[in-house]
Amino acid sequence: MKLSEIFGTAWEGITLNKVRSFLTTLGVIIGVASVIIMLAVSAGAEAAIAEQINGLGANLIIVAPIRGVPGASRTLLLDDAIAIEKQVVGISGVTAEQLPPPQTVKANNVSLDSIPMIGTTSSFPSVRDYPVALGRYFNNDEDERKSKVVVLGSGLAKDLFGDESPLGQTVTIGTTKFTVMGVMSPKGMVADVDYDGRVYMPISIVIQKYMPTTTLGGDRVRTIYIKAESQEKIPSAIAQITSLMATRHEVPVSKPDFTVQTQQDIIATQEATTAAFRDLLAWVAGVSLVVGGIGIMNIMLVSVTERTREIGLRQALGAKPSDVLLQFLIEAVILSLVGGIVGVLSGVGGSYLFGSLGSMRTAIVPLSIPLAFGAAAAVGIFFGYYPATRAAQLDPIDALRRE
Amino acid sequence: MSESLIEVRELTKVYGADDTEVRALDGVNVDVQRGEFVAIMGHSGSGKSTLMNILGCLDRPTGGEYILDGRDVSRLDKNELASVRNQKIGFVFQSFNLLPRMSALANVSLPMLYNGTEKLSAKDREARAAKALESVGLGNRLHHHPNQLSGGQQQRVAIARALINQPALILADEPTGNLDSKSSVDIMNILHKLHQQGTTIVMVTHETDVAAHAQRVICVKDGKVISDGRDGHSPCLGQAVGGGNETE
Ligand SMILES: Nc1ncnc2c1ncn2[C@@H]1O[C@H](COP(=O)(O)OP(=O)(O)OP(=O)(O)O)[C@@H](O)[C@H]1O
Ligand SMILES: [Mg+2]
Repeated sequence: MKLSEIFGTAWEGITLNKVRSFLTTLGVIIGVASVIIMLAVSAGAEAAIAEQINGLGANLIIVAPIRGVPGASRTLLLDDAIAIEKQVVGISGVTAEQLPPPQTVKANNVSLDSIPMIGTTSSFPSVRDYPVALGRYFNNDEDERKSKVVVLGSGLAKDLFGDESPLGQTVTIGTTKFTVMGVMSPKGMVADVDYDGRVYMPISIVIQKYMPTTTLGGDRVRTIYIKAESQEKIPSAIAQITSLMATRHEVPVSKPDFTVQTQQDIIATQEATTAAFRDLLAWVAGVSLVVGGIGIMNIMLVSVTERTREIGLRQALGAKPSDVLLQFLIEAVILSLVGGIVGVLSGVGGSYLFGSLGSMRTAIVPLSIPLAFGAAAAVGIFFGYYPATRAAQLDPIDALRRE
Repeated sequence: MSESLIEVRELTKVYGADDTEVRALDGVNVDVQRGEFVAIMGHSGSGKSTLMNILGCLDRPTGGEYILDGRDVSRLDKNELASVRNQKIGFVFQSFNLLPRMSALANVSLPMLYNGTEKLSAKDREARAAKALESVGLGNRLHHHPNQLSGGQQQRVAIARALINQPALILADEPTGNLDSKSSVDIMNILHKLHQQGTTIVMVTHETDVAAHAQRVICVKDGKVISDGRDGHSPCLGQAVGGGNETE
């Protein structure tokens, strides 16, 4: 029997009971669609994380303190940043950041509560690839002299001054008056931080005015960002920074009280958590595919029983066991492939739908489509094989006698 | 090639074992010549269908030899039996056995789908099936489904299907068993005509008037052939053999 004819025969079997065939494929449709959607959701989450971390700036090395390490005598200091800048080769800039508590900010007759502050060194715009749009950033001199100057995030500038130019205007932060020197370019949210809604001020002022004095001595900073000259210089810079910091902090390199990470390290750590989540989702989706396959096997077994007499007749008319086997196997495979196609379409559609709802980001993993489709076909062959062999092994006389 | 289309030697068929053993066929010897029209008669349970199943290559004998068209088919495997059935034999069943979801045309086409030697295009198959249906007087019922046809018409579709691969042998197990007398006459007329055209027919029946169409009546009892005659006198014809519930 020609394959096209077997296909025709199998298709007749499927269209014999359309509602039942549809319900059977539903299991596969849901399985395939959920594989694609699950992978799209976790890929979307990973892409969002990577984008945010890359949004910090290019070729960055990030040094942060580890809190509560036994024997850690000191924590991250502004002097550490200065030492790194002076001694490490292959870097183009260093900036340190410190975050004071949010403050009330007043300008003219506008007053805004709980505005986040950030203290930085003057190199912040260049290290973090985040330029000033209007006016200029404070310089090193102004930082060292603890000048009362600020630069505003673009959104905050609009909230305080509307269409008026904020340059040279006075803002009152807490009770202290500051002069506005510049406005940052719009950047939006990066890693859950609203860059446009902050006040940028010299780190010297932040340390002096807002941070509780430390018993450890020195000016504490939260994070030090180092910009490597190029991607290739990152490993050597990391090594230098690590040994320099260990020496300065008087800790062994093997037991540091600080971390030195690249953006890739941070992305990898974040991805490790989402990967576990993704694997779990993929397993759940895979299990639903198997359940769909069992549904196909169940229906095929019912179908073989119901159509025993038909099988007997076909055998009497010359159908070989292999003809019968292929007829039912192809029937199962068609069911699961149709389920696979519809499942791919609804998975892709569902992924776009979830993505457009806003709360979640989705990125369809191209590989997931052939993967899910292939899995559906495999499920059809695997779960269709047993019912098909049952059909093929029927004895024609028994089968013909069956009612 | 010998004159005999069917040569059956010491054929036995035993069902079950020990206490439950049933010797459905117990040393049957039969020859059927090409072009013969043979009726097999006998009481219910005498082994007629068992013999027909073996003649039709649907079943294999427990012992003995069956030579069909010059070839020993008693020890063939399932695939070889399937192709012998497809090529050499046309079946007509008591209960028609048409596939209910298919048109008459599609039902008649079925054996051509499984024909491994003569591969016809879909168009040729359809043309041939239509011709076969015309030959049994159903040229105007090609696209009817079985439930739109009378019993007699359904049996005519089944005959067209039996003929479609031009088999050497037509096997009919009580072809008129489910039909009224008018339809029975139609069916017997068709079989009669086929016989006149040279087709070999072996038919099981309980009805003497149906058996009267055959040249030869083989009478079976308890798995044995008790008489085989062309003279119209058979122990099976002499008595009322209709129905399957009388006792001996
Ligand atoms: N599959 C089977 N298993 C066991 N015994 C069987 C089987 N098929 C038939 N028999 C037995 O073989 C004997 C012959 O059966 P068979 O069907 O050939 O009778 P028959 O002559 O066709 O009867 P009827 O006129 O009622 O159709 C019976 O005793 C029956 O019970
Ligand atoms: Mg019988």
